[in-house]
Amino acid sequence: MWPTRELFTAGLLAYALAMAGGLAGHASKRTAAWIPRLLCLLSLAGALLEFGASAGVLFGGAESHWVLSSGVPYLSYSVRLDPLASFFGLALSLLAASVSIYSLGYIAHSAARRSPGLFCFFLNLLLLSLTLVFTASNVLFFLIVWELMAVAAYFLIVFDHESGEARKGGLLYFLMSRGGTGMLLVGFLLLATAAGSLEFSALHDAGQQLSPALGATAFLLLFLGFGAKAGIIPLHIWLPAAHPVAPSNISALMSGIVIKAGIYGMARVFFDFYGTLSVWAGMTVLVIGVVSALLGVLYALMEHDLKRLLAYHSIENIGIILMGFGSALLFRSFGHPQLAALALIAGLFHTLNHAVFKCLLFLGAGGVLHATHTRNMEELGGLIRRMPSTALYFLIGAIAISGLPPLNGFVSEWFTYQALLAGFGATPTLTRLAFPVAGALLALTAALAAACFVKAFGITFLALPRSEAAERAREVPVSMRSAMAILAVACVVLGLGAAWFLPVFDPITTRAFGIAASKDLAANGLILTAGSLRSGSVSPAMIAALLIGLGAVPLLLLVLWGRKSSRTTGPAWDCGLPGLTSQNEFTATAFSKPLRMIFGALFRPRREIQAEYEVSPYYPKAIHFESEIEPTFETHFYRPLQHGILWVATRMRRLQQGSIHLYLLYVFVTLILLLLFGVRG
Amino acid sequence: MTERALALLAQIAIVLFLSPLITGFSRTLKARLQMRRGAGILQPYWDIHKLLRKGMVIPETASWIFSATPYVLFVTTLLAGLLIPTVSAQAPLSLYGGVLAVVYLLALGRFFLALGGLDTGSSFGGLGSSREMTISAIAEPALMLAVFTVALSAGSTNLSVVAQASLGQSWRFLAPQQMLAFAALFIVLIAETGRIPVDNPATHLELTMIHEAMILEYSGPYLALIEWSAAMKQLVLMTLLVNVFFPFGLSIGWSMGTLLSLVLFGLKLLLLAAAVVLVETTNAKMRLFRVPELLAVAFVLSATALISTFLF
Repeated sequence: MWPTRELFTAGLLAYALAMAGGLAGHASKRTAAWIPRLLCLLSLAGALLEFGASAGVLFGGAESHWVLSSGVPYLSYSVRLDPLASFFGLALSLLAASVSIYSLGYIAHSAARRSPGLFCFFLNLLLLSLTLVFTASNVLFFLIVWELMAVAAYFLIVFDHESGEARKGGLLYFLMSRGGTGMLLVGFLLLATAAGSLEFSALHDAGQQLSPALGATAFLLLFLGFGAKAGIIPLHIWLPAAHPVAPSNISALMSGIVIKAGIYGMARVFFDFYGTLSVWAGMTVLVIGVVSALLGVLYALMEHDLKRLLAYHSIENIGIILMGFGSALLFRSFGHPQLAALALIAGLFHTLNHAVFKCLLFLGAGGVLHATHTRNMEELGGLIRRMPSTALYFLIGAIAISGLPPLNGFVSEWFTYQALLAGFGATPTLTRLAFPVAGALLALTAALAAACFVKAFGITFLALPRSEAAERAREVPVSMRSAMAILAVACVVLGLGAAWFLPVFDPITTRAFGIAASKDLAANGLILTAGSLRSGSVSPAMIAALLIGLGAVPLLLLVLWGRKSSRTTGPAWDCGLPGLTSQNEFTATAFSKPLRMIFGALFRPRREIQAEYEVSPYYPKAIHFESEIEPTFETHFYRPLQHGILWVATRMRRLQQGSIHLYLLYVFVTLILLLLFGVRG
Repeated sequence: MTERALALLAQIAIVLFLSPLITGFSRTLKARLQMRRGAGILQPYWDIHKLLRKGMVIPETASWIFSATPYVLFVTTLLAGLLIPTVSAQAPLSLYGGVLAVVYLLALGRFFLALGGLDTGSSFGGLGSSREMTISAIAEPALMLAVFTVALSAGSTNLSVVAQASLGQSWRFLAPQQMLAFAALFIVLIAETGRIPVDNPATHLELTMIHEAMILEYSGPYLALIEWSAAMKQLVLMTLLVNVFFPFGLSIGWSMGTLLSLVLFGLKLLLLAAAVVLVETTNAKMRLFRVPELLAVAFVLSATALISTFLF
């Protein structure tokens, strides 16, 4: 018997111990350099223990459920390690382990170095609460750890609190998170009234017991509440504000796994709490998914702040995940459990893949930031010579996130395409049209993502350095490099070995749709199929092997055909000017200019050029160039909302006179009203 | 087993050695239509031969990405060519990847090519990369929708299955939806292979160029690999069009009849190449920002194809 419960508890204890150590370290006046290292090793131990617990459930079927009573009615410390929880737990522990290793070298050089003890406290609080978010099995307990997670994340985002940007980003995150929790609370309570209990196990299929109108309301509230955390458009605005300003190891966790808590919540609600839903629900999720994916990548293309660019890509990938979830919901509504399983696997697999490569990319961006102290791509360049390992790992992440074969991003996008393709044949008229359109837009999204990562990698790492900081960059310490290496290997293994990994999804799809799909989705020789070999197949492992094997062809050509050719280096063509400098290089802004013009209706780009000249405008002395795009959602949705709230707040001010007697009166009146309400009910 | 290995080798040979011929034919025909004599159909072979034997100059600013790019591009394009049926309706490796894998392998090659363009540090390379990625991105929805139409009517994304399905009903291309999908893919073909009116393969120092700007710094054997890859990519996309929409003469398995299939396959390709050349000579190059409109037309065509196949 696999000791799931013991491993799980030991992991939590390791996190808690690291928290205590962090507080103690913070309390003492001077923190020795080895203390944060020790704490990171403790988190690593915790992550490995949690990995063992999750792996035991997923691979060994060692499910576990236990309840500690709290003594308070309705609240119980109920923990359940079921397949879905463990799947997210697995992703979390993989990321937590790499981030712990990364932090060994990172903390001493980042904003965290000013109070490393406190930083470790919040970091481990975040890991602890995330572990519990995925496993909590009581509504109140879930909401408590959900809030703990939000608070820990908030303090980590604003850890560099002297920067106004960080404070602003943190505040925005906090506000959106509050709003989300509010919706969750109402949604959960609606479900709980139907089930008559706050235990998750009682909520199974509780959505069906509500009246259609209430069921729909609860669904929308929960979808939006979790969506605010996941960063679906239009609730995404906090993501590009908060992720870039956090220390890079935290950004990696935020984009890698914290936003996935929202996805976990959706999976729990969609496929556990609701048995079947009407068609509109699946359609809503699908449409939001498509919109988030496309707009996410389009906004990412316009960014030249490396970490903001990555943050927008998180929105894009959440969209791709939701395309899988939305299709799964639709298939379930139309009674195709086989296809629903395929679509759910596509979504969940992309969740894990995105966690891995996005964490890798953020750690890489953190390395760049660490070496150059800038996130602005226009000041970077040429880093591949100065930081060869970081560049290689970032490149692997970039290929994976662009969905290119044979890495893991390709596999989950392939499954998503197959799910969308199957949807066309399996659903009635009009609904079916949504699928190929979603597929075409997914293709556009993926191609734009590739363009964006050509920009991100090319401008940051290739050619000449554009600033002195980039010129002086040095490779990051070995701990940071090894963390990236682990994740890069994970990208390759999850891509090539996808067929081996698929059985992990069987218990999840069995619980949701009563079908274990992995047999049908994999064939001999590491081939992945879309239900059957006939309907389409792909083998990332064979593609990788063939790519390497066929490499013999050009090599042989060059050896046999070519003379022992002279290979010289020389200057690149500079149009006859004296020497190529970084001023001749293409910039990130210029790279995305064609797309800025093509999608001008969305971006509404504005630019301003001022030239100073003495003799003739043809010989300018100085040129000032300014360019920006309109932040559509902020301008047209959130600003009116903000004005509305301020307007109401101004009116409410009359209630607050500052007199304690008046406030006592309010309390008294409220109490009376509540008592009356209670007696009547 | 040996038969499969032979089929694989035959297909490698076809993709490798037929592709420059199509390019040579296009160039000669284009020259004739412009009342020039042209360089002869076999010129691309001579070009590759010459380039392979030359020395090369690597820009000082470039990193290993620049040197890896020609290999990656060559290998991905060649592998894409092995996944689609050329002469036999059964492509040797179609089990390892269907039409999605073909599209994404080509995308992987393009990803590296665009990085190679940026790696030189010259603004030409960056300009080419930026435009190449833009145009390929906006061509993608039309391509994918047309591919979906084809895959859905065969019920598979495996190209061998698709080819065999359409072989069963050879006159299906007369159906309106097939013509619409073909027209859409034809426009995508022009955009993806960088032909007029989208890009001009014959220019070098013009600000309108795309592909040629990206590869400006490549020389010698590397340039040979890149030119050859471009020819193979053209062959791959053209094969996709002719064998899916006009599957006449595709042989089942490999036998003596295969030779006849090979001739037919060549003829089909030449006809398609002639059609592309006709478009090239009768049109002027478009402004870059008019290209999205052309590709929007392709998207509408493929969407109409899809709707007319399945909605009614």
